[in-house]
Amino acid sequence: MAKSKNNVGYVRSEMAATLAPPASEVGIVGWMRKNLFSSIPNTIMTLIGIFLLYIIVPGTLSWTIFDAVWSGSDRGACTTIAQGGVLPDGWSAACWPYVGAYFKLFIYGRYPDAELWRVNLTLIMFFVGLVPLAMPSMPYKRENMIFMLGIFPVAAFILMSGGNLDLNGFLLPESIIAPSGLKFWLDYFILSGIIAGLIGLYMRATETDPKPAMIVAAIAMAILGVVLFLMGFDFGLEPVETSLWGGFVMTLVIAVTGIVASLPLGILLALGRRSEMPAVSLFSVIFIEFWRGVPLITVLFMSSVMLPLFLPDGVSFDKLLRALIGVALFSAAYMAEVVRGGMQAIPKGQYEGAMAVGLNYWQSTRMIILPQALKIVIPGIVNTFIGLFKDTTLVSIIGLLDFLGMITLSHSDSNWATPVQALTSYVFCAFVFWIFCFSMARYSLFMEHRLDTGHR
Amino acid sequence: MAVADNHVDREKPKVRLLNDPKFRAMIFQGLLLALIAWVVWGMVSNAAHNLQKAGIASGFGFLKQSTGFGLNFSPFVDYTEISSYFTVYLVGLQNTLILAVIGVFFATVIGFVVGVSRLSSNWVIAKMAYVYVEVMRNIPLLLQIFIWYKGVLATLPGKRHSLDWGVFGQLNAAGLFAPKPVYAAGAMSVMWAVLAAVVITWAINRWATKRQMETGQRFPVFWTGLGLMLFLPVLAYFMFNQPISLEYPVQGNFGPKGGMQIIPEFIALILALSIYTAAFIAEIVRAGILAVNKGQTEASYALGLGPGQTLRLNVIPQALRVIIPPLTSQYLNLTKNSSLAVAIAYPDLTAVFAGTALNQVGQAIEILLMTMLTYLGISLITSMFMNWYNARSSLIER
Repeated sequence: MAKSKNNVGYVRSEMAATLAPPASEVGIVGWMRKNLFSSIPNTIMTLIGIFLLYIIVPGTLSWTIFDAVWSGSDRGACTTIAQGGVLPDGWSAACWPYVGAYFKLFIYGRYPDAELWRVNLTLIMFFVGLVPLAMPSMPYKRENMIFMLGIFPVAAFILMSGGNLDLNGFLLPESIIAPSGLKFWLDYFILSGIIAGLIGLYMRATETDPKPAMIVAAIAMAILGVVLFLMGFDFGLEPVETSLWGGFVMTLVIAVTGIVASLPLGILLALGRRSEMPAVSLFSVIFIEFWRGVPLITVLFMSSVMLPLFLPDGVSFDKLLRALIGVALFSAAYMAEVVRGGMQAIPKGQYEGAMAVGLNYWQSTRMIILPQALKIVIPGIVNTFIGLFKDTTLVSIIGLLDFLGMITLSHSDSNWATPVQALTSYVFCAFVFWIFCFSMARYSLFMEHRLDTGHR
Repeated sequence: MAVADNHVDREKPKVRLLNDPKFRAMIFQGLLLALIAWVVWGMVSNAAHNLQKAGIASGFGFLKQSTGFGLNFSPFVDYTEISSYFTVYLVGLQNTLILAVIGVFFATVIGFVVGVSRLSSNWVIAKMAYVYVEVMRNIPLLLQIFIWYKGVLATLPGKRHSLDWGVFGQLNAAGLFAPKPVYAAGAMSVMWAVLAAVVITWAINRWATKRQMETGQRFPVFWTGLGLMLFLPVLAYFMFNQPISLEYPVQGNFGPKGGMQIIPEFIALILALSIYTAAFIAEIVRAGILAVNKGQTEASYALGLGPGQTLRLNVIPQALRVIIPPLTSQYLNLTKNSSLAVAIAYPDLTAVFAGTALNQVGQAIEILLMTMLTYLGISLITSMFMNWYNARSSLIER
């Protein structure tokens, strides 16, 4: 043992201290070597990139911030000496006081000043309802949905327009009873009776107990009646015509109404397209492919020029409602395809399982298929909404004063007419749209990752 | 008696007609058809009544009338103020298709460059591509058109002080005055030379593939083809005494003279449409490339293919399968979005036919129906072509 010990030349008794990694491999230098200058082509690319940044970034920053005018009361503040103002020749940058002067118009349109609290209250209700709905960890989703889809639309309608609808009746001939509020409720009562009776007869004919279905129908008609009553009730709010609505609020109104109206329509169309009944599926396919195949602007032209021709005498929709109908039909077709995608993604076993436990078509659709399908298409719905939100700008072409329409209108004000006016307002508009669309896109991505449970 | 009844029931169960799914389906479809017929009938009779009341004619007779208005942009269709409304329709269709084709070309080029850049290992390039995509696709297209048209192009110097862009021509607020090709006698020979080069290259490609299959020897088809494509037209060009020349615009006292004017509406639309759509195409391209399994690249390296060959023979063909269906729908979106031309009065189908012509004639139903069916037709034809291509290039499994 002792001898062999002498044969060993040298044995370390402890580990050598680790050397620091070469300076060129770690830290900023290492990162740059790896990500920016790893090879000659890569270095050239980096230089091209830096050159592009050098062209774009300083110019953009000085145009929007450093060279921009931040205060002033008229066009004189934003024009060069040659143009009749105070700035040195060759100046060209954003003119923010103009946006400040028009800010209220851009956001609220020409909604009367004294009634603005109603718009603000509606917006607050909307965001208070939306935020917890969007957060997956918040409880009371069902109550939240009832608020957003049931209570909020009614409240928003009453607040924004002033409510107090004229309800004059629709069923009995006018020779029996003159049009009035009383006639409306009489008509409504008779209609409810007819509907409940028809449902009862159908249930009888199919040998089912008619009572539960009739009660459900009666409750539904009662709720609808309450909604109609509230819309017709005089809350003492000043009526505000839709021609006074405008600005970013109108953009929100169109986008939100469009998506809310298109969801049920889209679900029905998606069910129709997957139906085994040839007439139903053919109708759905034609409807969906027609709206998806034409540009939205022609749809808006159609709803503003052609739709009035199809209405009977004495019935007329206002401009906003016509645009809303066009937008809702158009987005319903896109929504139908999104929902259909979700239904196709559900394994066949779910359908078979629902049938095996004895659920009929509507029961299995309502309780098994739709809850799963709608959950997985949340990102798709959000993306459709982003598309619709951007497309609402098109209503300015048919003369509605949405955000972009208001901006175009403001260009005719000679008090602020400068060469930079157009670009300033568009940059502001683009910034607002970008904030909204980008955050929604991030939300959609977040939901996608959350829902992607890794079954692959 | 009860026993006998049970027996009969077992043979042929007595079901109420309404509980029979087949009968129910028929009833339901009948009701749906009746409802549709009722709505359509109501719409038609209302429309007939309203049109009569407003004194608007119906039918397609107006297509033969002459229009009486002029248009500032019609490269291929002959149009004057005495042309018919049908000619206006053709001009509009032509201008829409020009927008769509050129827009698709630029959108594809930018989209592929940006999409590949997003996957670049170069940090600066990848981040710039990311910022491009996120900025451009989250700003409404109509706003982008306005930004280019009213914010940028309208602020250019006037006609008298054009910016000189050298070989591209003169740029001012009235548009780009680009060099115009002038064709002399014999110009067609150059076109024939290009065609001949294409045919010969195709034949060589066939022969080379066959030879490689049989003997394994390869032939540089690409370089041969490129050489032919360059050499034959140039040869024809000089053989026929240079029949094609460019007429450059010259700055005069009242603006550029000569050349061809590309109107600012067209420039703004092409810029906005291609930049906006390119952001979506970039994401599609990125997703397509990421969808190709890494094992595929490694396997082709293991077989001894170089990086270029791996990309060309392995990655791109597989990525294209994923890319093509959504790419088609982006092309269709671009075509449909070209209708936004109406906002800045570029004479496309929507602006000139569903806009100007509609205002003059007043026959909303006929004109809008024609316009919408035209867009629908373009969409259906494109998706049919792309479905055919997709079926051809898709993976054939079992």
